[in-house]
Amino acid sequence: MTIAERAFKFGDDINTDYIISGKYKFKSTDMDDMATHAMEELDPDYFAKVKPQGGILVAGRNFGMGSSREQAPLVLIHSNTKAVLAKSFARIFFRNAINTGLPVVECDTDLIDDGDELALDLEAGVVHDHTKGIDVPFAPLPPVMATLLADGGLVEHFRKHGGFAL
Amino acid sequence: MSEIAGKTIAEKILSAHAGMDARAGDIVVADVDFVMGQDGTSPLAIRAFERMGAEGLFDPKKVALVIDHSSPSPLEGVSALHTIMREFGKRTGAKVYDIGCGVCHQLIPEQGHVVPGDLMVGCDSHTCTYGALNVFSTGVGSTDGAAAMAAGKLWFKVPETIRVVAEGELPPGSFSKDLVLHLAGRLGADGATYKSLEFSGSTIDDLSVEARMTISNMAIEMGAKAGLMRADAKTLAWYEGRGERTPAPVDPDLDAVYCDEVPLDARTIGPHVAKPHSVDNAAPIEEVLGTPIAQGFLGTCTNGRFEDLAIAAGILAGRKVADGVRFIVAPASRRIYLDAMEAGLIQTLVEAGAAVVTPGCGPCVGTHNGVPSDGENVISTANRNFKGRMGNSNPFIYLASPATVAASVIEGAIADPRQYFEGGER
Repeated sequence: MTIAERAFKFGDDINTDYIISGKYKFKSTDMDDMATHAMEELDPDYFAKVKPQGGILVAGRNFGMGSSREQAPLVLIHSNTKAVLAKSFARIFFRNAINTGLPVVECDTDLIDDGDELALDLEAGVVHDHTKGIDVPFAPLPPVMATLLADGGLVEHFRKHGGFAL
Repeated sequence: MSEIAGKTIAEKILSAHAGMDARAGDIVVADVDFVMGQDGTSPLAIRAFERMGAEGLFDPKKVALVIDHSSPSPLEGVSALHTIMREFGKRTGAKVYDIGCGVCHQLIPEQGHVVPGDLMVGCDSHTCTYGALNVFSTGVGSTDGAAAMAAGKLWFKVPETIRVVAEGELPPGSFSKDLVLHLAGRLGADGATYKSLEFSGSTIDDLSVEARMTISNMAIEMGAKAGLMRADAKTLAWYEGRGERTPAPVDPDLDAVYCDEVPLDARTIGPHVAKPHSVDNAAPIEEVLGTPIAQGFLGTCTNGRFEDLAIAAGILAGRKVADGVRFIVAPASRRIYLDAMEAGLIQTLVEAGAAVVTPGCGPCVGTHNGVPSDGENVISTANRNFKGRMGNSNPFIYLASPATVAASVIEGAIADPRQYFEGGER
């Protein structure tokens, strides 16, 4: 699967309160509504910019640190964020992203800038940065996680197999 | 005699629950002993559970849902989410702890749902708290929680372990919170990501079970998957009268392999604070003394236990909260609330000027019960000080021990608690 989108660049240690503040999380389970607040602490226009055309969120170290809220990957999905690239991820966010079907890739993001046109090839393990004319390689996901992501997340995996088939 | 290296607590508990020899780096599917969700995460878990087509819980006695994050409900939208949880409980037999029962991470061990040697998951990042009780407990998202509720198992990557060895006695006025804030400052917010922490040493041995829980609670603030400790005589004594399950303590092997070792000299760790807006922005209290505060908060899964209330009440007895300062107290559970009332602690705190709210998470997580105003400084016993954490993006949150919070609300500024303890400086 290749995901071709524009890069939206953020820094290190983006915590789940920045992705979606707790004050919204507890109000409902309507992710389309909640998604309008995605990343607003860091960029109040994130939703408005990413929603029409889609995008790939690019970050530094420790993306998704903090709470276990699954609303974090869900609001990104519902804001039309197609994937997240980061130098490293907090582990609960990483699991939640795979479980909800949001591709997450650990790679060197230093050379990628905001607005770059990217093409992410999950199987080949490479991000093409067309703006810069560079390729950033990454290690493909371990088989268990690749299976869950390919199935469209853990719910779809259960629907397909009636339980864990890993 | 086997020449294969020994195992950490994490490797042993995961091996036992996966039915295989599991080592750091392996991915295993393991049976879980308990699954928990709270009101910020359970509604999504219930939705995922239903979408999975699950017919029922793997074992109704091993699932609990706790209404603690917005409790009692401050909004009609939240009320609807609580209803979803209550109805799920009726339908499936899952235990629902309703408003007033307390914070999930106090209730789950307090009610004896987990015992040493267990593997459990909770839909809340601070589920790592029960590591202090020798439980491999870790936070997961709602979909993982749903899968575990349905199947009674989940996949785990067996983590590498960082061994933290704390030796010596904490100085008077310093507590386990100060030790873990200091450690978070040293390791950083991602210093233990994908890994487990295993705490040992004479400092840990000397701490009460409650004080140990404060340390394990904050393992996630360094990115850790778990914050494990051995179960000793104190742990087993703590379990007296808490349910019918039998603890099966797991010790690390003497030749267990650790990816790193962090020595801590507790004798040198004075009161610490985490400055805004990250937990690893830790500093000795001297750096921030005199910073004016508008609000103090005593409570949470980190520091809302009996001992924490007792320490604060000890300092506030016969004294008053400064004019212009709001002091909010939330006992971590109903049982703690009752015990604190019986011991006179609530009387002391309220006489000093505290506003006591329902046991729960509201002030910490910003849902209700004390959202600070723009530009205000807050000193809190919680575990997170991220921007927006308490329900508003524009205050400045400092994290500290119950003693430091109590000393600070008296002065209306961040104050050194050592003045109230033997060997105090003033």
